[in-house]
Amino acid sequence: MERVPSPGASRFREASIAGTWLWLGLFALLPNLVLLLVAFLDRDTVGFFIPSLTLDNFRELFAPVFLGVLWDSIRLALCSTLVCLLAAYPFAYALAKAGPRLRPWLLLLVIIPFWTNSLIRTYALILMIGAQGLVNKCALGLGLIGAPLELMYTDFAVFAGMTYTFLPFMILPLYASIEKLDPGLADAAKDLGAGSLRTFWHSTLPLTLPGVVAGCILVFLPSLGSFYIPEILGGATNMLLGTFIKNQFLVAKNWPLGAASSSVLTLLLVLLAVLYRFTSQRAAGGYNAPLNARRDGE
Amino acid sequence: MTTPPILELRGVSKNFGNTLALHNINLEIANGEFLTLLGPSGCGKTTILRILSGFEAPTRGAVFLNGQEITSSPPELRQVNTVFQSYALFPHMSVWDNVAFGLRMQKRPKVEINQRVAEILRRVHLAEYGDRMPRQLSGGQQQRVAIARAIINNPLVLLLDEPFSALDLKLRKQMQFEIKHLQRQIGITFVFVTHDQEEAFAMSDRVVVMNEGTVIQVGSPQEIYEEPESLFVARFVGEINVLEGDIRAARPGGTYQAEVEGVPFILHSRREFAEGETVKVLLRPEDLKVYLEQEKAQQPPFFLGTINETVYKGATVDILRTLDNGKKLQAAEFFNEDDADITYRPGDRVSVTWVEGWEVVLNAEGE
Ligand SMILES: Nc1ncnc2c1ncn2[C@@H]1O[C@H](COP(=O)(O)OP(=O)(O)O)[C@@H](O)[C@H]1O
Ligand SMILES: [Mg+2]
Repeated sequence: MERVPSPGASRFREASIAGTWLWLGLFALLPNLVLLLVAFLDRDTVGFFIPSLTLDNFRELFAPVFLGVLWDSIRLALCSTLVCLLAAYPFAYALAKAGPRLRPWLLLLVIIPFWTNSLIRTYALILMIGAQGLVNKCALGLGLIGAPLELMYTDFAVFAGMTYTFLPFMILPLYASIEKLDPGLADAAKDLGAGSLRTFWHSTLPLTLPGVVAGCILVFLPSLGSFYIPEILGGATNMLLGTFIKNQFLVAKNWPLGAASSSVLTLLLVLLAVLYRFTSQRAAGGYNAPLNARRDGE
Repeated sequence: MTTPPILELRGVSKNFGNTLALHNINLEIANGEFLTLLGPSGCGKTTILRILSGFEAPTRGAVFLNGQEITSSPPELRQVNTVFQSYALFPHMSVWDNVAFGLRMQKRPKVEINQRVAEILRRVHLAEYGDRMPRQLSGGQQQRVAIARAIINNPLVLLLDEPFSALDLKLRKQMQFEIKHLQRQIGITFVFVTHDQEEAFAMSDRVVVMNEGTVIQVGSPQEIYEEPESLFVARFVGEINVLEGDIRAARPGGTYQAEVEGVPFILHSRREFAEGETVKVLLRPEDLKVYLEQEKAQQPPFFLGTINETVYKGATVDILRTLDNGKKLQAAEFFNEDDADITYRPGDRVSVTWVEGWEVVLNAEGE
C-alpha cells in the first residue's frame, strides 16, 4: 500500500524544496550565468564592459602570461592537495577508529581551525615561519642553522599556508567515508589472505575513494582560487590564478577577462563533480543497477 | 579419537577488559566434522570463531590447526576461512571478483582462477550471476556468494557465524539443506554457530552447548536432546517437564526406587544418587503418555490430573494439564491413524505416566 502524505505535509515539502531551488537559482546559478555572459563581452575601462559579443577574452587565456599563471597555480594546488591527502588519511583513519573517549578530542583538533577565520590563521603562520618566527628561533637555538632561513615570501610559504589552511577540508570528508566503512570488509579481506597493505589497497581505499575525491576537490579548488594566502605569504615574483582574477576585477578593471579566467575554475569544478559522482557510484556497487534484478533466480 | 583432530582449543580463555567472554575452553574437532556451537546470545560463540580465524588472540590457552600451533598467527596466514554473519561481500566488486579474491591473493595463475571461480559459482547455482554486483542479489544469493568466496581457497576449516539469521524461515530451511549437502560433497570441516537448537540439530554431527563463556555439554544432537547433562541444556534444546523426586533406595544396575511428586516410581540413571537425595526428573512432552481415566485400567504407577487446555500444532497436539498436587505438565501427542481423534476437553480427568527409562534424572542443583 502507498503511504499517502497528508496534504499539509506535502505542501510543506514542496515549499521547502522550491525555496531551496529559488535560493540556489538566485545566489549560485544566476551570478555564474552573468559571469559567463560577461566573459563574452568587450572590456571597457570606465563602465566595466561594453555589450558587444567577442571571444577575445578566451583567446587571452591561451596567451603565455595566463598559461604560466595557470600552470604555477595548478602545480602548487596539486602539491598541497597531495600533501593534505597524505597527512589527512592516517589522521582521519585514526579518528574513525578512535575509542569513544579519545574521538571528541581528536575531532576538536580539526574543528577548531575549521571554525577559525582563515585570514587569522594565515597571519598566525607568519609567527611560525617569519624571520623571527618559531621555526627559525628553534632551529637557531638548537644550532641547526647559522642564520635565519628565508621562509616567508616564497612558494614554500604559500604551499605551507595552503596545506595548513585547507587540511581540515580534507580530513572531514575522509573521516566521514572511513567512519561508515563496514569493518567486516577489512576482516573479510584478511580472512581471504590479504595482508594489511593489500587489504588497504583492494578494500579500504576503493571504498573510501568518494571521501578521497571529495577531500581533494575541497582542497584543490580553494587552493587554486585562493588569493589572500599568496598575497600575505607569497613573494611578488609569481602571480597565481586567484590573484590574477582578483586583479582583473579590482585593479586592471578588466571584468570580461576576469570573468573568462574564473570560468576556468567553474569548468574544473564541474569536471571534478562528475569524477566524484563516478567514484561514489563505483564504491556503492553502481546506482544504475536495475533493482528488480533481485527477484530472479530465487 | 583415533585420527588427530584438525582443530584443537586447549584451555582457551578470553577477557575483554573485565568481561570474561570465554573460560577455559577445551575442544577437539575431527577432520570432516560438522560441529555446531549452540548457545544463547552473548555466550561467546562469535569470540570462539574470531579466535579460530585469528581476529582475536586468546588471553590464555592455545589453538592448534592440523597439529601446528597457530595461536598467534595472523588471519591471512591461516588455512581457515569465514562466512561472516553480515556476509561482508565487497560492494565495489562483482560476484566474480568477490569469489576470485582469495585466489588472487594467493597469486594463482589466471587460467586456474577462471576455471575454479566458474566451477564454484556453478556449484552454488550462481553460474549466470558472475557479472552482478552484490547489491543486485537477493539475501539467499548473497549468502551463496559468501560461501563460494570462503571455500574457494580450500580451507582446512570453514567457520560460519549465524549465516542464516537474515533469511526468512523457508529460505533458511533450504540453505540449511544446501550447506549440509555442500559440506558432505567437499568434505571440509565446518564449525557452525547458531542460537537456534533446531538448526543445530538438523545440520550437525556434534553440538557444543555453551553458556556464559563455558562449554556445558558436547555430544551428538540425539545425546544432547535425550541425555542432557544439566537443566540448562535440557531447557535450551526444547520443552521439558521438571518433576521433583526423592530417592528411596538404590538397586543394582542403575535403578532407583523413588517417589516422584508423591507417587512411587522406578527411575533409571547411570548417575550415582544417595538414599534420601532430592532429585529432578526431566521428561520431554512427547515422552509422556496420557490416558482418560475411564479409558483403561492403568497399571500403577501413574499421576492423576486434569486437562487444562489442548493446543493444536498440526502434526501434534500439546496437552497442558495440572496434576492433583498443583504441578503443571505439558505433553505432546502425535496424531496416528488408529487414534485419529485425540479428544481431550478441559476438565477431563486423566492419568499420566511415561515410557520407563526415558526419564533423565539430575541432582537437586539440576546438574
Ligand atoms: N570486542 C569486544 N569488546 C568487549 N566485549 C566483547 C567484545 N566482543 C565480545 N564481547 C563480549 O563477550 C561476550 C561474548 O560475545 P560473543 O562472542 O559475541 O557472543 P555470541 O556470539 O555468543 O553472541 C559478550 O558478553 C560480549 O559483550
Ligand atoms: Mg555472535
